[in-house]
Amino acid sequence: MTPLVSAATLFGLCASGMVGIGLYGLIVLPDALRKLLAFNILGSGVFILFGVIGRRGAAAGLDGDPVPQAIVITGIVVAFSATALAATLLLKISDAENEPEDGGKDEP
Amino acid sequence: MMPVPVNDAASLLLVLAVLLPILGLCAMLGLRGLHPERVARVAVPLGVALAVAVLVEVWTGGQALHYTLGDWEPPLGLRLRADGLSAVMLVLSAVIILAAALFSQRQFRTPEGIAGDTRAPFTFWSMLMAMWSALNLVFLGEDLFNFFVALELLTFSAVTLVCLDGRTATLHAALRYLLFALLGSVLYLLGVALIYGRYGVLDIGLLHELVQADPVTLAAVAMMTVGLMAKASLFPLHLWLPPAHAGAPPAASAVLSALVVKAPFFLILRLWFDLLPPLPSPLAGQLLAALGAGAILLCSLVALRQARLKLLIAYSTVAQIGYLFLMFPLAAGPLAFWETIGWTGGVLQLVSHAFAKAAMFLAAGLIAETLGHDRIGEFAGLARRLPVAVAAFALAGLSLMGLPPSGGFNAKLLLLSAAAASGQWWIAAVILAGGMLAAGYVFRVLGAAMADGPAGEAGGPPSPLARQLVVLALALVAVALGFVPLQPFALLGIGREVLP
Amino acid sequence: MSEPFALLLTLLVLLTAGWIVTVRERRAAVFGFIAYGLLLALVWIRLAAVDVALTEAAIGGGATGVLLLRVSARLGSIRGMSAPPGLATRWIAGVLCAGVSLALMALVLALPDPAPSLAAAAMEPIGRTGLGNPVTAVLLAYRALDTFLEIIVLLLALIGVWSLGADRFWGGEPAAWRTGPPSPALVFLARVLPPFGIVIAGYLFWIGADEPGGKFQASTILAAMWLLAMMAGLAPPPRTGARGLRAALVAGPLVFLAIGFAGLWWADGFLAYPDAFAKPLIILIEAALAVSIVAALALMVAGPAERLPRR
Repeated sequence: MTPLVSAATLFGLCASGMVGIGLYGLIVLPDALRKLLAFNILGSGVFILFGVIGRRGAAAGLDGDPVPQAIVITGIVVAFSATALAATLLLKISDAENEPEDGGKDEP
Repeated sequence: MMPVPVNDAASLLLVLAVLLPILGLCAMLGLRGLHPERVARVAVPLGVALAVAVLVEVWTGGQALHYTLGDWEPPLGLRLRADGLSAVMLVLSAVIILAAALFSQRQFRTPEGIAGDTRAPFTFWSMLMAMWSALNLVFLGEDLFNFFVALELLTFSAVTLVCLDGRTATLHAALRYLLFALLGSVLYLLGVALIYGRYGVLDIGLLHELVQADPVTLAAVAMMTVGLMAKASLFPLHLWLPPAHAGAPPAASAVLSALVVKAPFFLILRLWFDLLPPLPSPLAGQLLAALGAGAILLCSLVALRQARLKLLIAYSTVAQIGYLFLMFPLAAGPLAFWETIGWTGGVLQLVSHAFAKAAMFLAAGLIAETLGHDRIGEFAGLARRLPVAVAAFALAGLSLMGLPPSGGFNAKLLLLSAAAASGQWWIAAVILAGGMLAAGYVFRVLGAAMADGPAGEAGGPPSPLARQLVVLALALVAVALGFVPLQPFALLGIGREVLP
Repeated sequence: MSEPFALLLTLLVLLTAGWIVTVRERRAAVFGFIAYGLLLALVWIRLAAVDVALTEAAIGGGATGVLLLRVSARLGSIRGMSAPPGLATRWIAGVLCAGVSLALMALVLALPDPAPSLAAAAMEPIGRTGLGNPVTAVLLAYRALDTFLEIIVLLLALIGVWSLGADRFWGGEPAAWRTGPPSPALVFLARVLPPFGIVIAGYLFWIGADEPGGKFQASTILAAMWLLAMMAGLAPPPRTGARGLRAALVAGPLVFLAIGFAGLWWADGFLAYPDAFAKPLIILIEAALAVSIVAALALMVAGPAERLPRR
């Protein structure tokens, strides 16, 4: 039985939805940590799209094209690094704003 | 398909240009006792020599250099390539980095008597190295995903430098910059995914032979362009730039404004001219030019109203980036794009703005160090106190205003002639208006500095002459670019006709 | 696994994503995000990308989860980056983003069939690498430069994190978990889990050459075990200026470069491997990279130095 929509296509549509949701969060959420989560959702949508493209490229006895898979592995590590840097930056801002003696350091 | 040349000794230079700064970074990170500024003293001259060697090799050979990594041919593998334009960009980066390094040797020196490294010097020098490597990879790469990795290297190093001083205001600027840059990266990567899904290839040269102007391709390039625009801070995606570039240490601001925002622009050039087939409608190019025009007019006006010198210069960066985007409709026509004066003018604007803006940020750094502030309203007497820095600022200002003799004059004249020749009068009007607005903000600073007043005595001791001369040298290069001939250069065409 | 499972998974992923961006509480969003990471790992399995599924579970769910929990526990109230949006802004943004999603869906459906693929191209020379797992071949042979630079990205992010500490603490220890004494449950986990974690990581690393798995997944698990021990107070965090730590961080890139440049003499160029020794060389590079990745990941989560360096 061939299904109406293949799983790969379905996840392609899913990825499109994830991109939209992530973009929405990035635009409307005022809290920076929440923006960071939204960025990760947006990023994961793009990664899943690569996964779908890899799955569609199944050939030569493989279940998928290995090139997009390798790209996503690189991408996930890069996204994690970005998240770690941004999160530490947030903590530093929060520490600076909640310590009164640093309040006067705003202007040079 | 044209045969890909074998790897030879000359093309190995490309690999070294990308990896040498990373070796410097590893030395700084791995061996604390070496002191980062001493590592830089070795790595920077070597890197400059490599860049010059690539330029000489490309120029004398008259053709592009290629290096296929690991001997895995694209589309499976990756390769590096240097044509005339990338060789010029390589040398441009090397010279600006050299100036930034000379300027910062004292400011970011590990204090005497410390065996290991310390925070600010280590961070500054290691990030400068990383940034250099990433820039070289953007100029030499051929693979769309490889560019993504280079852009991320660039983002992380740039953001870290923006908040190096740890003040709350610069932390906020860095966070905003990071989020904009990450959004740009993701949009770019989305376009890369669609390109791979459509063609199964990421190498620009191979794509050039395959691409068709179908909806998937156009949408992919549009997404990549928007992502890169956010990173290049093209109006209206520019809001992150002024606080970030104004908050960084002067040498970092110089590299950010002169080079880092040019890297995504360079990639937009590659997408539009090297990857895409000729578009059926000129609308897209005109849209980019319209955004550029918006940047020139609005951000110059905002620059006019700034009270702080570094913010004024940062807004001027956004305005001057606008000029770069004017070249998209101006390079169209029957000629090959690299033979048009519009394209040549755009490239010249890129190069001369890099020198002029680096000189301005470094001059602003000297001024802020001497006065203890950069409030333009309190500059009276400055010209007596720091004559060399003010002169450098004025000379760099010529280029921004587009007055002769300067690289900016030649660039804007070429763009203006291209606009007039193709009857795109609105572009010509924007170029002229932008020049007058730039004159407004440059003369506002100069007028304040020339006035008689107390800034002649206040503050700390004046900077050593050597640092002032570095700044002057950059400004003089921007002026000297005014003596290049007003026509397309053979050098910039090398490697284009067989593209890639 | 059948199509209904894929449909269910799609709905769950989208609902969780929607919940993460709309829920009121910051902490609830973080927990939602960890669940989201696990759902994504299932999607990757369903997409027949087991290597990615392992990476997503380890890094996307695991490491990012620990990081976000640590941050949200310590994060005080901070000035919002933008004003809370009004209803009109939210509607405009919603319509815009829905438009983006719909356009993207149309583009996904417009992708060519049969899809272009490098699968055959990747399998054809794989014998020269001695590897059985094509994803590892892409990462360490065909696109080795990407992988090399990705380690540099990790190092840059780590330097970026360190640079956010105070000048006087530079080179000192990070305070991985500052919210009071560790709970007994955490200490228990930190005693029980690491032996299993080390065995699993070793297994994943070893089979990575031929089966799904490899250095990233293995390194993340090891880094997580190390973090757990640091958080439970069982292992003191290393000084960020310690010579051994610095050496570990640059070991991966330097071994990679050394073998890469040796390729100029013993093979066809930079980053080329001699056919007879390709597999052992690649495993050597992976081992060195794993050392650097473990150190970088664990210390990135642990944060900048917050104690004075010992003299």
